[in-house]
Amino acid sequence: MAILLNRSTRVIVQGFTGKIGSFHAEDMKRYGTKLVGGVTPGKGGQTHLGLPIFNTVKGAVRETRAEASIVFVPPPFAADSIMEAADAGIKLCVCITDGIPSQDMMQVKRYMRRYRFEDRMRLVGPNCAGVITPGQALMGIMPGSIYLPGRVGIVGRSGTLGYEAASQMKALGIGVSTSVGIGGDPINGSSFKDILQLFERDEDTDAVVMIGEIGGPQEAEAAIWARDNMRKPLIAYIAGLSAPKGRRMGHAGAIISAFGESAQEKVEILKEAGVVIVPTPASFGEVVADTLARTKKAA
Amino acid sequence: MDIHEYQAKELLARHGVHVPRGGLAYSPEQATYRAREIGGSKWVLKAQVHSGARGKAGGIKLCSNDEEISNAAEAMLGRKLVTHQTGPRGKLISRLYLEEAVDIAQELYLGFVLDRKEERVMIVASAAGGMEIEDISEKQPDSIIRATVDPGVGMQGFQAREIAFGLGLESNLIGKATETILGCYQVFRDYDASMLEINPLVVTRDGSLVALDAKMSFDENALFRRPEISELRDKSQEDPRETFASDRGLSYVGLEGNIGCIINGAGLAMATMDMIKIAGGEPANFLDIGGGASPERVAKSFRAVLGDKNVETILVNIFAGINRCDWVAEGVIKAIREVGVDVPLVVRLSGTKVEEGRKILADSGEAVIVADTLAEAAEKAVAAWREATKNKKAA
Repeated sequence: MAILLNRSTRVIVQGFTGKIGSFHAEDMKRYGTKLVGGVTPGKGGQTHLGLPIFNTVKGAVRETRAEASIVFVPPPFAADSIMEAADAGIKLCVCITDGIPSQDMMQVKRYMRRYRFEDRMRLVGPNCAGVITPGQALMGIMPGSIYLPGRVGIVGRSGTLGYEAASQMKALGIGVSTSVGIGGDPINGSSFKDILQLFERDEDTDAVVMIGEIGGPQEAEAAIWARDNMRKPLIAYIAGLSAPKGRRMGHAGAIISAFGESAQEKVEILKEAGVVIVPTPASFGEVVADTLARTKKAA
Repeated sequence: MDIHEYQAKELLARHGVHVPRGGLAYSPEQATYRAREIGGSKWVLKAQVHSGARGKAGGIKLCSNDEEISNAAEAMLGRKLVTHQTGPRGKLISRLYLEEAVDIAQELYLGFVLDRKEERVMIVASAAGGMEIEDISEKQPDSIIRATVDPGVGMQGFQAREIAFGLGLESNLIGKATETILGCYQVFRDYDASMLEINPLVVTRDGSLVALDAKMSFDENALFRRPEISELRDKSQEDPRETFASDRGLSYVGLEGNIGCIINGAGLAMATMDMIKIAGGEPANFLDIGGGASPERVAKSFRAVLGDKNVETILVNIFAGINRCDWVAEGVIKAIREVGVDVPLVVRLSGTKVEEGRKILADSGEAVIVADTLAEAAEKAVAAWREATKNKKAA
């Protein structure tokens, strides 16, 4: 069933009635996502886009049995919304909001630890493009048309670079099981490793493409985990070859501040762990096709 | 966002951290007046620029009379200080800070950072102060003490005490050090800092503990709730290209190459720059125009990129998800007609409404080089740049 999301996942929207929330809620509905309602404090009892509005996430969960929530709430209030979702028993929260203060995210991560691991909500993002299981459901802002349903997983920090990879794959007839944007912030809900673990266990995924970038320890951590635990082929690209040290490249997390955080160093670490490297951002398609062909031959 | 040393010291002093007596000066006369105010017989004159390693670059001078202060101030003001952190363009010195000189017995290092692995604030301390932390961790890794703060309860007294004892301080300094460390944490937390570094933190000969230097950066995402920090922004310390862009809501980083980049999404922007490099060119900038690029926004991006006189070719690469290619194409044409683009222009559009976008470009009659893929876009941009510079040289 791919990972995280499928056609029967019951989804609510936090920040439902805002301009951005409305726009993407409609888009998600059109794609086939099972939207069951939304939350906007103070507008409970009304309807929007033909769906019920609730004042609280708890109320929405009680009435709609929602399992997943997508957050479009503005940065000053987004952390609060994520914690509300966690407390209401939501299983998957995708936060699209860009610009949440780091200290707020520290608090969110700390807050989520109060739940036992089995009961803990999975957070994807913030500052991400979301999650899509092509042909089934979309919880995000990506253009659905560029993904072909298939058996390769994608996990990446960047939205548009993920689109680039998916469309290069589509051009060669290669489809995607699920694509997950983990976001460009220094502190995020799910790490590369977290998502790789899900793909490794998923019966509908044969190989995984990881799209990393400069800054932070997550790509190296994922490389070590994959070396020791992953049987499926892992294919990786790291953006930021031309980025100078100490300069922030758009994403709050994309800054080289320690050893092992530059693109070259990350590529070395990945290579040593046996990961297939995509040498240029124009060769996602070829490298994936090539890797799939080789795996098939070996099997 | 970075602030100046004197501004960081003001914040810290309000939270129980001892700093030397000092005063700000914009002219040699003011500097000598400050010396009178502070008293004593030895002072340190420090250039206020957003960079470390100022001493080696001539930005810090020890003075013992008015003439020395006046001469040093004269030499520094209006000059650009170039350190390994400022890049070759350097940073303008327009403010000076004069401080009483301190008799140093021992130098320590104290830093606060956001640790991405632990996802918490981490305190890094070392008895080997004065050096940069990279050098300390390379040369004396065992001297480094680390602690992380639980964001649920904040930093605790015992953590600060452990660090103080770990630094090997005399027992009469433990209380002072604990207060200093907790004070720094308070400032870090209360003002949404992303980095705070006191290097060196010194033990003086008369047995007090003083922050001799202070460096602070702040989380830009949190400035909306820290107006008192936003006010400390000094645009003279920023790359003017970046100030122009950030005032218009664009995410821009100036680089040294010649191919200007206009791209949506930070990851795709970095990847496109990498592709330019692989194709044999050098990017002039990082520029993410973000989602929802209206024609006006695209035109603004062209202004930002063309503000850099080194730009000899422009590459636009848009993968439209929330964006629409037809809007971007309209923006490109608007920019050509209103801003005036006198360098070769390569445009690659993909995603939502791509056919409409390409048609707008084709029908416009403007000289736009169109590319279908990322590889083609980079190759065409580099080829156009080579051609343009060749013609320029020939002319």
